[in-house]
Amino acid sequence: MTAPLVDIRDLVKHYPGERGLLGLGRPRAPVRAVDGVSLTIAPGKTLGLVGESGSGKSTVGQTVLRLQEPTAGRVLFEGADVFALGTGEMRALRRRMQIVFQDPYSSLNPRMTVGRTLREPLEIHRLAPPAQMDTRVTALLDEVGLDPAFAGRYPHELSGGQRQRVGIARALSVEPRFIVCDEPVSALDVSVQAQVLNLLADLQQKRRLTYLFIAHDLAVVRHIADEVAVMYLGRIVERAPAAAIYSAPRHPYTRALLSAVPEPNPRAARDRIVLSGDIPSPAHPPSGCPFHPRCPHPRKNDRCRTEVPALRAVSGSPGHFAACHFAEEPM
Amino acid sequence: MTEPLLRVRDLKTYFVTDRGSGTAQAVDGVSFDLYPGETLGIVGESGCGKTVTSLSILRLIPEPPGHILPGSLVEFEGRNLLTLAAPELRAIRGNQIAMIFQEPMTSLNPVFTIGDQIAEAAIIHQRLSRKAARARAIEMLRLVGLPDPAERVDHYPHQLSGGMRQRVMIAMALVCHPKVLIADEPTTALDVTIQAQILELLDRLQAELGMAVLLITHDLGVVAGQADRVVVMYAGQVVETATTTELFDRPLHPYTEGLIAAVPRIDAPKSRLQAIPGQVPAATAWPSGCRFHPRCPHAWAKCTIEEPPLLGEGGHTARCWLVQEPARRRREP
Repeated sequence: MTAPLVDIRDLVKHYPGERGLLGLGRPRAPVRAVDGVSLTIAPGKTLGLVGESGSGKSTVGQTVLRLQEPTAGRVLFEGADVFALGTGEMRALRRRMQIVFQDPYSSLNPRMTVGRTLREPLEIHRLAPPAQMDTRVTALLDEVGLDPAFAGRYPHELSGGQRQRVGIARALSVEPRFIVCDEPVSALDVSVQAQVLNLLADLQQKRRLTYLFIAHDLAVVRHIADEVAVMYLGRIVERAPAAAIYSAPRHPYTRALLSAVPEPNPRAARDRIVLSGDIPSPAHPPSGCPFHPRCPHPRKNDRCRTEVPALRAVSGSPGHFAACHFAEEPM
Repeated sequence: MTEPLLRVRDLKTYFVTDRGSGTAQAVDGVSFDLYPGETLGIVGESGCGKTVTSLSILRLIPEPPGHILPGSLVEFEGRNLLTLAAPELRAIRGNQIAMIFQEPMTSLNPVFTIGDQIAEAAIIHQRLSRKAARARAIEMLRLVGLPDPAERVDHYPHQLSGGMRQRVMIAMALVCHPKVLIADEPTTALDVTIQAQILELLDRLQAELGMAVLLITHDLGVVAGQADRVVVMYAGQVVETATTTELFDRPLHPYTEGLIAAVPRIDAPKSRLQAIPGQVPAATAWPSGCRFHPRCPHAWAKCTIEEPPLLGEGGHTARCWLVQEPARRRREP
């Protein structure tokens, strides 16, 4: 087995609770956004990280890139301990790992032309002599399917899909090995979403890229991921090869999530598992299994209320892990 | 056959844009019928005019910059809502035709309790006393499945989660038992497990209250599960109308076909998606002829010049010349 490109070990990110009463009151409970996440991503592969709002999936992505400092845990990238690096080393590493954000409008500088946006990282990392800048920018635009004329345009002149292509070109400009794609198609219309997903898949093939693909949409993830991890309240509740998680999910939360996705097929048998209640606040996660108050599993018992289930290998399904005391039981 | 409850004919809503870049023909001759008790889905991508259509029905378009062109008709129980005097329109709005919006936080008033906001319509339209209206508000909160309704009635919107706020919006809309509910992307801002709750709630309430629902959405999955019939919009026009099963089994318009093929499927393994090339054109400059022709894999010369009408029969129509000339369809586009 090849060594993982990205190795996340027991990652924890807590945000301190705010003080009420204009900052004078007692601090509230800390928000446990990420609460002990371990994941590995093999080179050239895509790990889909799925969850609902507040699950901590975006925080994982940002902390892995050290856009946020972790509370605890380690991230090894090509074997190097990302959180132990000094400023200079970190800057060098940033060339190897990039991010594409959800909202391509707010992540592009409105006062910079597309050309300048793409030139900036090349200048910072001294990747091209000034004479070759324009050629490089043209090549990047071409790679993401945009006409060279786009170099002279401003973000407001572009459609959502075009902006996201620019966001991808900017990430590619420094020739990274690893890209965190944080909901890259959520803001796009379905016809354009398909274009951008196909583009990401093509680029991965061509450049041997490794993706951490963060999304709330399980159907989108199905089209791009080799492996899928499901987060709930800051923890991984299930992780498996994509085929296994979609055909035989073992965690009740994953099952509910999959059954809730509206299928574009009016004849689809609708046995939706409708979960009751809301997602609890990550500042006050439930005791025991964080999912137990909403869990529809028939075997749910006192153990679920008191004992946090470990993420463990599911017997009979290789590479499949679930954090449920009853992962092997039918639902 | 039963009479439609709501008849929309040749609705045109234009916006005058600033900086003189022309007139945005956001809704450009839309017609459809809504029958009692049915759910009609209006589906399309951003900029197709689906939201402007729904806002135009209740004359909620800000004027200027928008205006609904003379000749447009929105007929409800024999009266054209577009020419109705303001007091008469107010008696219908929020009473017989109610609306829920995508973003429950911005549609609820942050400084009033949710009970006050639900009760308001009952006080205005049904002349209930404050006390009776409050009791009605609690009853509505129970109906939409909010836990502890007697307590929640005094809460403010910020104290509720997104899913609960959407339940409150629905309670507000339904307090006068409307005949028509216009739901504009009612679950788009919600997580998928909460979306499932709200869709189930809408199903149940529609069955209990017998209202007709006009469901505006970009999500073909939501349409497939909820709607009896579907209107597909593109570039300010209706491009296809059919029953939901017909539409998914036998889409006539290449845009509908492309849209269905572009949706990532949870039941399909890792694979390339079929994207529709190009993008939705600007409302200030719709393409000539068929407005979809620049993106259409089947388009021929006629499509670039002559705009097709809605063609077809038996309640399944599409704005496409292929309906008349099916031999022009290309096998492998």
